[in-house]
Amino acid sequence: MASTGAHSEHNYLNHEKGLWSWLSTLDHKRIGIMYFITVAIFFLVGGIFALLIRTELFSTGQTIMTAETYSRVMTYHGAVMVFLVIIPGIPAFLGNFFLPMQIGAKDVAFPRLNLLSWYCLILGAGVALLSLAFGGADTGWTFYTPYSIKHAPAVLCMMLGVFIAGFSSILTGLNFVVTTHKLRAPGMTMNRIPLFVWALYSTAIIQVLATPVLAITVLLLAAENIFGIGFFDPALGGDPVLFQHFFWFYSHPAVYIMILPAFGVISELITTFARKTIFGYTAIAYSSIAIAAVSFFVWGHHMFVSGQSEFAGVVFSFLTMLVGVPTAIKLFNWIATLYKGSINLAAPMLYALGFMFLFTIGGVTGIFLATIAVDVHFHDTYFVVAHFHYVMVGGTLMAIMGGIFYWFPKMFGKLCSDAWARVSFVFIFVGFNVTFYPQFVLGSLGMPRRYFDYLPEYEHLNRISTIGAYLIGIGFIVGFFTVIHGLLKGKPAGPNPWGSKTLEWTTASPPPHENFLTTPIVTAGPYEYR
Amino acid sequence: MKLMPRILTGLPATGLSALMALLASVVASTMATSTAVASAFMPPAATATAGEVDQIYSFLLITSFISFVLLIGGMFYFVYKYQRRSANDKTAYISHNYTLEFLWSFIPFLIFMFVFVWGWKVYHDMRKVPDGALEIHVMAKKWDWRFLYKSGKEITSGIDDKGQKTPATMVVPVGRPVKLIMASEKINEASTDRSDRPVLHSFYLPAARIKQDIVPGRFTTLWFNIDKPGDYWVFCTEFCGSGHSAMKAMVKAVPVEEFESWLAAEGGGALTLVDQGKALYVSKSCAGCHSADGTRVVGPTFKGSFGAKHVMEGGQTVTVDEDYIRESILNPNAKTVAGYPQVMPPYAGQLSDDELKAIIEFIKTLK
Repeated sequence: MASTGAHSEHNYLNHEKGLWSWLSTLDHKRIGIMYFITVAIFFLVGGIFALLIRTELFSTGQTIMTAETYSRVMTYHGAVMVFLVIIPGIPAFLGNFFLPMQIGAKDVAFPRLNLLSWYCLILGAGVALLSLAFGGADTGWTFYTPYSIKHAPAVLCMMLGVFIAGFSSILTGLNFVVTTHKLRAPGMTMNRIPLFVWALYSTAIIQVLATPVLAITVLLLAAENIFGIGFFDPALGGDPVLFQHFFWFYSHPAVYIMILPAFGVISELITTFARKTIFGYTAIAYSSIAIAAVSFFVWGHHMFVSGQSEFAGVVFSFLTMLVGVPTAIKLFNWIATLYKGSINLAAPMLYALGFMFLFTIGGVTGIFLATIAVDVHFHDTYFVVAHFHYVMVGGTLMAIMGGIFYWFPKMFGKLCSDAWARVSFVFIFVGFNVTFYPQFVLGSLGMPRRYFDYLPEYEHLNRISTIGAYLIGIGFIVGFFTVIHGLLKGKPAGPNPWGSKTLEWTTASPPPHENFLTTPIVTAGPYEYR
Repeated sequence: MKLMPRILTGLPATGLSALMALLASVVASTMATSTAVASAFMPPAATATAGEVDQIYSFLLITSFISFVLLIGGMFYFVYKYQRRSANDKTAYISHNYTLEFLWSFIPFLIFMFVFVWGWKVYHDMRKVPDGALEIHVMAKKWDWRFLYKSGKEITSGIDDKGQKTPATMVVPVGRPVKLIMASEKINEASTDRSDRPVLHSFYLPAARIKQDIVPGRFTTLWFNIDKPGDYWVFCTEFCGSGHSAMKAMVKAVPVEEFESWLAAEGGGALTLVDQGKALYVSKSCAGCHSADGTRVVGPTFKGSFGAKHVMEGGQTVTVDEDYIRESILNPNAKTVAGYPQVMPPYAGQLSDDELKAIIEFIKTLK
């Protein structure tokens, strides 16, 4: 059926024609693709900012920009990557497309909300970038008061953008929770849903519960600036540390909004490319829920030296250690899944293995930072920068890339060049380690983060790091052209090119408008490789 | 169990004790090799606390390395051993193994708890200021540091012959604990502009492995005891604007005798902080309500108050420290000592930050 070519058949891509049919679509697959394009554009923007940062840091002193410009570039790199790339990245793009398909549904529960959430992201991004017209925010993505009060118009504009984009996240989360509960195909019990769905479901709970706190924080900050009500400003009787509590009460769970969906992607990749049922389905599924639950009680580990009490610091250190357990469980389970498998080292699998390599480093260095006495030294140094890039880029971004190459044939009915996808992997993987490994050493040596200039003894490692950043850049450019080439010239994929077992692979590629011609009946778990 | 490799089948029976033994041996070897491992990545340790931090760091580094090699080595081994032979390979159907899953949850948990407690202990030492510490006031502003000794000696940054900025250098005696009392201030004290307000900074002394944010509106403290003479960098580690990375200072540790003669040398203030405080105690009319000799007037006496525990209206107990005194002067109605009337006017805006410090230092001497 695949040999007839993708576009001769009726599918979601040719169901309707014209730009308006996309902008007004209620089809979760089309909305997913719109998120793909949006997030890819934001990633390009955030990536250019990243390269500007690394270029500036190639040498001591001023290299290509002033300190004022650097503060802004650093802020927009962080804010764009966090709020517009990594948070919507997997759930809104891959999740939108595949969550309904993996549970055998025709669409998400609330298709109109789904479209609205895309517009929220676009509007939020637009408002956030409008802050450039007010001189640009230069506070870092954390907007700490009282410094952020100085540039109130730009900061408020940016936070308003984040506020609006936050609704995109809340609505997507709400949609996923309801869809997972109400729209599963007959026989698709909760213990048979694929682990990608479990991961998205756990993420959705955090999105719904944590994101409103960010909205509250923005409102309080606005109330302080506009009406002079003192919440965070000591001059008005407020407490700047209170802002940090509010900010991290959202932004720490947000870290799990960023990484949990990646765990889901990895479970899909490992089972497919090892051709093997997942080891410890229950443990992986429930560990996602456990991480989601604990994630609400660890925000204070961002504040060990902020002036919070010693007692609070110790409690947060303890709770943070607990997150390590379910995270370790997942890694052990994935590696155990490889045992006696039939391992195909196609590009998506390389990305999955790369994920495990980098995420393990990101994970163990998290324990360094959870250990309170050690964190006092590492806090706000490049060690932290290296740690969260190992988790967010080495983890989430590797998973996104793996997920794109894995599901590309399903989304577009065509095959990407596996060889070129592997080339992109090699550049990104090598470049990533060259960029960020030296940053662990820089942080240990005491180089603080958000530094425009540094002591001469840090220059050597900074140069290595900058070279690595360019290698990553090359990797993504190769990856981008591999995808474009696949779109234009790719060979027909057929419904199931990788031999996967989950439901999305049982229908045509690209899928028809209604996903499945007949409602699937489920009789077994998601990874029945027998 | 039969589906697991032989090396794992032995694990449940003896695994736990074997792993604990391994853990113990790692700890032991860490102690022995900690300086070697830590010195590979960490700056030279100038305090005993830094040495303790480095020991935890080394333990973490070694256990992380072993875990990484086991996990990722296992991954590479499986990937190599179980390469796909054909598109229709049959694979083993292994859904779970509770023993194994329990072990690989419980063993990491034990390790995490172990480092948690260890980190807690060292952190506790880090926060507990020893008695008799030399106290130095630290003022941070955009984007410079200022240090004030009790003798009234003030240290700021300067300009050298070539016109280059020289960082403010805090001279401290070797082998004596130093307590920093830190505050954030405006660039220009007289300014009322919203954009010129004190912001967050953070005092980071990598050689001592310590840092503490400096929070506008209150004092925060930090202490260290440097055991090697030398010059050590201080960085600001809380983003405070475009001059953030230029906001550096030095700590210069010198032998005690040298420190004493440096402190006594010219450049000291006209009056010590305590004397300034004593003068303010009279001129700002504190003396009208607060005695210095223990007698009760309108408000609580200052004598013996520093470090004492006071019970407030509402039952809360507060230890009198720098921060509490500051709050009680600027905003006396925030907390009222039980049994005393709420009559003191707020002094916010009537005392400079340096005057506040002087009064606090004066109160400290009334033992």
